[in-house]
Amino acid sequence: MNDDFDRVTLSDVSRHFGRRSALSHVSFSCAAGDIFGLLGPNGAGKSTLLSILATLLQPSAGDVRYGDCSARDGGAAVRARLGLLGHELQLYPELTAAENLRFFARLYGLRDIDARVRHALGQAALADRADDPVSAFSRGMRQRLALERALLHDPRLLLLDEPFTGLDQGSATVLIARLRGLAAGGRMIVIATHDLDLAEGLLTGSVVLRDGRVAAIHADGMAVRARYEAAVRPRAAAS
Amino acid sequence: MRKSFVVWLGVAAVMFVVAPILVVRAPYESTMGLVQKIFYYHAPLGMMMFRSAFVSGIAAGIFIFNRRAAADRVSLAAAEITVLFGSLVLITGPMWARKAWGVWWQWDARLTSSLLLWMIFVAYLLVRRYGGPGSDKLSAAVALFGMANVPFVYVSVNVWRTLHPKTSVVPTLQPGMREVFWFCVAAFAVLYGVLLALRVRLATQQAEVERLYLELDDQSELS
Amino acid sequence: MGQFMRTAWLVMQKDLTIEIRSREIVSTTVFFALSCVLVFAFALVRDGRTVVDAAAGILWIAIAFSGTLALGRTFERERYTDTLRALMLAPADRPAIYVGKLLAIVSMIFATEALLVPLVALLFQAGLFAAPMLLGGILLTGTLGFAAVGTLFAAMLVRARSRDVLLPVLLYPITIPVIIGGVRGTAALLGDPPDVAMAQFWIGLLLFFDVVFIVLSLWTFEPLMTE
Repeated sequence: MNDDFDRVTLSDVSRHFGRRSALSHVSFSCAAGDIFGLLGPNGAGKSTLLSILATLLQPSAGDVRYGDCSARDGGAAVRARLGLLGHELQLYPELTAAENLRFFARLYGLRDIDARVRHALGQAALADRADDPVSAFSRGMRQRLALERALLHDPRLLLLDEPFTGLDQGSATVLIARLRGLAAGGRMIVIATHDLDLAEGLLTGSVVLRDGRVAAIHADGMAVRARYEAAVRPRAAAS
Repeated sequence: MRKSFVVWLGVAAVMFVVAPILVVRAPYESTMGLVQKIFYYHAPLGMMMFRSAFVSGIAAGIFIFNRRAAADRVSLAAAEITVLFGSLVLITGPMWARKAWGVWWQWDARLTSSLLLWMIFVAYLLVRRYGGPGSDKLSAAVALFGMANVPFVYVSVNVWRTLHPKTSVVPTLQPGMREVFWFCVAAFAVLYGVLLALRVRLATQQAEVERLYLELDDQSELS
Repeated sequence: MGQFMRTAWLVMQKDLTIEIRSREIVSTTVFFALSCVLVFAFALVRDGRTVVDAAAGILWIAIAFSGTLALGRTFERERYTDTLRALMLAPADRPAIYVGKLLAIVSMIFATEALLVPLVALLFQAGLFAAPMLLGGILLTGTLGFAAVGTLFAAMLVRARSRDVLLPVLLYPITIPVIIGGVRGTAALLGDPPDVAMAQFWIGLLLFFDVVFIVLSLWTFEPLMTE
C-alpha cells in the first residue's frame, strides 16, 4: 500500500453521539495544493469533522479515504502522513522547545533528529529559545512551535483547528505565508476557522457547516465572508 | 412479544408458585432448623449471580473487540441482574448467618467474594450512569476486568479466611433436600433467562428509538 | 518488538523528565501518604497506643490512596495539554504508550514507597526490614498490579465526566486481590519469625495477577482508547 496520497475524500460522513447528531451526510474532497476551509458557527461540527479527518474519531456512517486507502484500513501508515495543530497546542509545558520537538520526532520514528529539530526551530524563529521551557512562551511562540511539531514528519495532510486564535497581526501574517508555502509544496491543508477576514485570500475552497450539515461548498476562495453569511443566514420561518 | 417468551414467563411463574410449597415441605435440617431453608433461595441466587457476571464480562469483551452494540446491551442487562441477584444474596446471607452463627456478617469466604463481585458491577452501573459519553466502553472494561478478577478474588479471600477460625458450612444435602434444591436452581435459571431477555429487549427498543430520532432529524433537514 | 520497547521507554522517559522538573506528583503524593498514615495511627488506638499489627494494612492503604492520586494527576496533565491526543495520533504502537505510562507511574509510586516504608516501620515499630528481598518482591508485584489496572482506567477516564470520583470507584473493587495479597504478604513478614512460605505464596499470586491484567490491558488499550 502506498502511504502517500494526494487526495482526501469524505463520502456521506455522519457521526452521532447517542441521540445527538453531530455531523450528517458530509461529503467533500480536497487535493494536493489545496488550502481548504471548514467554516461554520459554533457547534456546527467543525471540530468533530477535524477529529474524523485525523482518524481520532470514527464516523458512524460514511467513508473517509486518503488516496485509495480507507481510514479504517489505514492505521499507523495513514497517521504517519497526518499532522494536526489542535486548539490546545499539545505541547508539554515543562519541557523545552527542543525537547518537545525531539520527543515527537522520536515518537514518530524519524531519522536525523538533530538536523530536523534544528530546522524546525529555525522555521519557527525559536532557535535562540530552544532550551527554554515552553511554559515561558507566549501564545504566538507556542503556536509556531506546535506548527513545526505537526510538520516534523513531513505530513501530506495538515489539519488546523482555529489556528488564528489569540494571534496578533504580525504572527497571523507569518502563519499565512507559511501555509501558502506548504500548500505550494504539494501538501493539503484543512483549516477550521472563525476568522473569515484572514481566511479571505488564503483559502482555495471551503465548506460551510451548519448544525452538522453541509450548508454550502465552494471551489474557490473568493468572497468568503459574503458566501458564509449567505449560507448561515437564518432560514425563512416555515409557515 | 414473542410466543416463546410468554411460554417461559409462564413456566417461571408456575415454578415460583410451586417452589415455596416444596421448600416448606422439605425435611428440616438437624442443626439449624427452619433457617436453613433460606439456603434454597440463597444458593441458586448466588449461582445465577456468578453466571450473570460471566455473561456480562464475555458480552463486554465482544463489545470491546467487535464493537457490536447488541453485545453492549446484553452486557448491561446482565450487569443489572448481577447487581439485583447480588443484592438478594447479600440480604439472604446475613439472615442465615444471624441465626446460624449469631452474627450478621463474619467474613465468610463465599459471601465476601459475592460482595466484591457485587461491588464491581455496582461500579459498572455507576460508570454507565455518571460517566458521560463513551461510558459504554468504560463500563465494558469494568465488566471484563471484573470477570477476569473472579478467580483471584476467590483464591485471595479464601486464603485470607483461613487465618480466621470460622469457616462456612455448606450443609450436606439429605436426599429429601436435593430435589428441592435443584428445582429451585432450575426456577432461578428460568427466571434469569426471562429477566435477561426482557431487559435486553428494553435496551434494543431504546436503541431503536434513538435511531428513529436521528432519522427524524435527518428527514426534517431534507424537507 | 524493538520499536515497541523504544516507544515505551521514550514515553516513560518523557513522563519522568517532566516529573523530575516539576516534582509535583511525587511531593504531593508523599505528603498525602504521610497524612494517611498519621490519620490511621491516630484512629486505630487501643489502650492509648497505636495498634502495631495494623502496620501492614496501613502501609497498603496509604499506597492505594496515594497511588490513585498519582494516577489521576498524571493523566490530568495529559488532558490539560491535550497531549494524550497527540500521543494517540502518532503512528506509534498504542500498547507501547500504555507500557510507557505504566512504567512511569510505577516509578513514581516506588519513589513514594521508598519514603513510606521506613516511615511506617518507624512509627509502628514494625520489623519491615527483616526480610528485605521478600518485602521488595511484595511491593514490586503489588504496585505493578495496582498500577497496571489503574493506568488503563485513568487513561480511559480522561474523556469521561466525573473522572476524579470514578477512578477510585472503578479501581478499588478490581484491585482488592492486590490489596489482600499486599497486606497479608507484608503481615506475614512482620511475624516472628517471618512466615516466608506465606509471603512467597502471595508474591506468586500477585505475579500471576500482574501477568493476567497487564496482558488484558495491552490487549484492550487500543480498542478502549479509540472511538
